[in-house]
Amino acid sequence: MRFVVRRLLGAVPSLLVVSLFIFMLQHLAPGDPTILVTGPVVSDEVYERTRKQLGLDEPLPVQYWTFLSNAVTGNLGTSLLSKRPTLDLIVERLPRTLAVSLGAMALSYAIGVTAGIIAAIRRGTVWDVLVMGGATLGMAIPGFWLGLMLIMFFAVRLGWFPASGASSPKHFVLPILALGIGEAASIARVIRSSMLESMSGDFIRTARAKGLREYVVIVRHALRNALLPVTSILGLQIGFLLTGAVIVETVFGFPGLGRLLIESILNKDFPVVQGVLLVIGLMIVIGNFIADVIYRVVDPRITLS
Amino acid sequence: MGNWQVLLGATISLLLILTAILAPWLAPLDPAKQDLLATLRPPRTAGHLLGTDELGRDVLSRLIWGARASLLVGLLTACVSICVGVPLGLVAGYFGGRVDTLLARTVDAVLGVPSILLALGLAAIFGPSLLIIVISLGLVWWASYARIVRAEALALKSMAFVEAGKSIGCSELRILFRYLLPNVVPIVLALSASTVAAGILVEASLSFLGIGTQPPTPSWGAMLSTGRNYIHSAGYLSTLPGVAIVLAILSLNLLADGLRDIADPKLRR
Repeated sequence: MRFVVRRLLGAVPSLLVVSLFIFMLQHLAPGDPTILVTGPVVSDEVYERTRKQLGLDEPLPVQYWTFLSNAVTGNLGTSLLSKRPTLDLIVERLPRTLAVSLGAMALSYAIGVTAGIIAAIRRGTVWDVLVMGGATLGMAIPGFWLGLMLIMFFAVRLGWFPASGASSPKHFVLPILALGIGEAASIARVIRSSMLESMSGDFIRTARAKGLREYVVIVRHALRNALLPVTSILGLQIGFLLTGAVIVETVFGFPGLGRLLIESILNKDFPVVQGVLLVIGLMIVIGNFIADVIYRVVDPRITLS
Repeated sequence: MGNWQVLLGATISLLLILTAILAPWLAPLDPAKQDLLATLRPPRTAGHLLGTDELGRDVLSRLIWGARASLLVGLLTACVSICVGVPLGLVAGYFGGRVDTLLARTVDAVLGVPSILLALGLAAIFGPSLLIIVISLGLVWWASYARIVRAEALALKSMAFVEAGKSIGCSELRILFRYLLPNVVPIVLALSASTVAAGILVEASLSFLGIGTQPPTPSWGAMLSTGRNYIHSAGYLSTLPGVAIVLAILSLNLLADGLRDIADPKLRR
């Protein structure tokens, strides 16, 4: 429990850095942030009033504090384009992106762990070569291109799944596949090498000597230990999946957080860009936190120094 | 195992680099020349081996020129990351102490930043460009070089040849750059092959989103983004640039894996 609290406190600086960067985006931008809101043709009076409304007449630290305290209370500003609160836009789309990311994560573990085990216990056979070859290829295929190929095959040619949108569970299948397969490839590689290591441990020989069935030896004894390195990359994976989702959503015209981000960037809708980046940053920090806790629970030898 | 990987990876990567350099001579046609009377011609049309795109531009020529944007981002990112990460890693590993602790903390924090999101954030304010991509990737990826070089330097500094150098009165600078640096070259090379691959992937992704290479400059990612609009009628526009990307990333990954096996025999399994 003490570990959880300490780790939670440790996440605060990273959140501050992320929020500071996102806050600074607006000020790093060439041009006047007030003009972005008012438009280029504006009377001095309106200009001054807007500037005050936006709080841009305050010193930077004060502005950052306002930004931060607003963000904490869920006030992420208003979209310049749709005039709707940024938070509403995000809340509307977040569940879809989470569903795709978590779905892809589940898929990648299901495929990756199975393939990795097969390659390890059949080391040097055709199975091993197939899995490793597939994994090497899988890691080289960009998710967005895989998405295009899936659309071409399963949506255009076979008509099994819709090519874009998010109105039914069927719409989630292709994005999850596009996002999950690349991740599965890297998980398979990690599992294979850690399985090979754990299979050579003394405790495996003991387990076999006890006369345990091979299935029990592999799943209950070897795999348990082999899963550790995968847990340690879990945190990184959350980042990969979320940024991957940003790109894959565009391929499928999928109305999630990623699509919102890209559209806002292209439309120079800064409050939304900032809001989405903040939420994604927050999710990555939370994800890393959960991953660390899991790692600690799974491996009691690890202590936080 | 390592050798054939390196050979295959290096051959394809080299061909790719040559393609990018020799693009003006290799490309059969001008990649920007439009022919609105011959749009969306399928591959193996007379005069257009790989067909034409929605503006009647020659796909093969655009693929050849597209190698430039990809490799430019990949190689520049690797250069920036090496120039920043390697010296920092050497110094931290060799001297240790506070500098080392500070660097280790920074590296941990930086590596947690998703580089694509950083690139998106910067592109949002400065507008899309290749330079923005290189800067945002460099800002994150120097840290992996610093980390790996630091570990190497730490292991190397207690070795006999370094002691020997010190005992004949070499300056710290000479130890760092003439004794340690040459020994970290193999592992840095291995890492740089994967950096180039990752750079190519990010360039393609961002150009696909419309936030990377801007038209009319040919880029594989941007070609895929227009290909998406013609996925029903002209599938080759979505297929071919993707094959180029996969081939480039695959060859560089093979090269990186092979080089890593050679540079660090401990990792070989």
